[in-house]
Amino acid sequence: MDFDYFSYLFFGGLTRGSIYALIALGYTMVYGIIQLINFAHGEIYMIGAFTGLIIASVLTMMGLPSLAVIIIAAAAAIIYASAYGFTIEKIAYKPLRDANAPRLSALISAIGMSLFLQNYVLLAQTSDFLPFPSLIPDFEFWEPYSHIWTSAELVIFITTVIVMILLTFLIKFTKIGKAMRATSQDKTMASLLGINVNRVITFTFVVGSATAAIGGILIASHIGQINFYMGFIAGIKAFVAAVLGGIGSIPGAVIGALILGWTESFFTGYISSDYEDVFAFLFLVGILILRPSGILGKSETQKV
Amino acid sequence: MLKLNNVHSFYGNIHALKGITLEVMEGEVISLIGANGAGKSTALMTTSGIVPAKRGSVEFKGEDITHMPPDEIVKKGICQVPEGRRIFSYLTVAENLDMGAFLRNDTRKIKTDMDYVYDLFPILAERKNQAGGTLSGGEQQMLAISRALMSHPKVLLLDEPSLGLAPIIVKQIFGIIKKINEEQKTTIFIVEQNANLALKAAHRGYVMENGLISLSDTGENLLANENVKKAYLGI
Repeated sequence: MDFDYFSYLFFGGLTRGSIYALIALGYTMVYGIIQLINFAHGEIYMIGAFTGLIIASVLTMMGLPSLAVIIIAAAAAIIYASAYGFTIEKIAYKPLRDANAPRLSALISAIGMSLFLQNYVLLAQTSDFLPFPSLIPDFEFWEPYSHIWTSAELVIFITTVIVMILLTFLIKFTKIGKAMRATSQDKTMASLLGINVNRVITFTFVVGSATAAIGGILIASHIGQINFYMGFIAGIKAFVAAVLGGIGSIPGAVIGALILGWTESFFTGYISSDYEDVFAFLFLVGILILRPSGILGKSETQKV
Repeated sequence: MLKLNNVHSFYGNIHALKGITLEVMEGEVISLIGANGAGKSTALMTTSGIVPAKRGSVEFKGEDITHMPPDEIVKKGICQVPEGRRIFSYLTVAENLDMGAFLRNDTRKIKTDMDYVYDLFPILAERKNQAGGTLSGGEQQMLAISRALMSHPKVLLLDEPSLGLAPIIVKQIFGIIKKINEEQKTTIFIVEQNANLALKAAHRGYVMENGLISLSDTGENLLANENVKKAYLGI
């Protein structure tokens, strides 16, 4: 057994898992609050990456130092993607909710939104792969093993952990976080206590979009290229991660994402890279047969 | 203080309120009694803005609140404890109370109110870090009332506070309702199937049948009324 190779796959899986987790959070939070699979969420991640690219290119041309470029580009991507999340909720989902439309209508609306955004970026930008500058600088932190765990991968992992800690704090201890949990359990009751349910839902979309944008800019900088289609497959994978962990559960999304990341990494590394997606979905089917509500999902029994 | 004028409401396709008119004065305890399905709960849901009136109007302190969204109505000072208590079962007792105080920012006063409800129901203080869903039915009702009190309402709407509870707990809860009315000067509007208890606790009462108000009088007079006795008190 080659330990170097194993470690390489382990950290590769950790990186994938981190990115999936950043996207999966948005799926699981939105599902938790309005029981909607927001299929346009992968596109938010893609738009985050595009915004990051555009801003980073301009700033680099202006000759700013790389640290300033990363921070400003990331901030711009977060704000821009959040604005998209906000707008999508307002035009594609809220009118359906107000009209008491069946849940399936909102799902179709989500798929439509996803296709619209992909094609909008395709027309406004390009169908080609665009090179993405490596924003995260190389630095030495555990020589001579940096070929196993690169500094860029380390930054992705640490950023993910920080985002998770902030999000946990937000949801557990702040007033809006408690209101999010209350709203996800009983919207009518929440509004009977003076909580503006629509505002809480909008806030959830904005937070989910921001974390997806962070994921988008990190992965783009790591892989080095982006295109309008990148959100689709990443979105599906993150959705798988959210279901795997138990949709609606935030720690579940993180666990599901990491398991998915490692499964893909080890299977492709030891067996074959041709079947990467097959392994991911086989694994999903396997887990769902054993635990239909996902690893940390709540079972659907209700006390009446 | 709170007035429903010829209110018509629909629950889905059911014409649940067929033109009810009633008034709650400041400082009063009012009971609305009636059989299952008479439209009592709909009257409260219409007042709270969850099932807005199709015709007629709801007025609070002279202001028309008929078409206000529910959260604005809570802001005006009307808070409801709905049927079935609807505790946030994955939130702790303390977090449930925090949600009651959602609209308020006066941290110090919130703390005083929280001490007040813990004083009313000491069991809640003991269980404050427990998830709401782990409480017994009686404790959940106590928490639901306390949560509504945390919004510091001018009018408290209570839907079936006795539902599914042991008689001794029901007695305790009605005692507390009276106490809240006297100590906090909170106006209280109770909807109940337990007519005996509800009319004893109330200054005035209304009787509802098939979406209409059929009788209104003081609590005592209604308790003595032959028709009420026969239909709702089983005497």
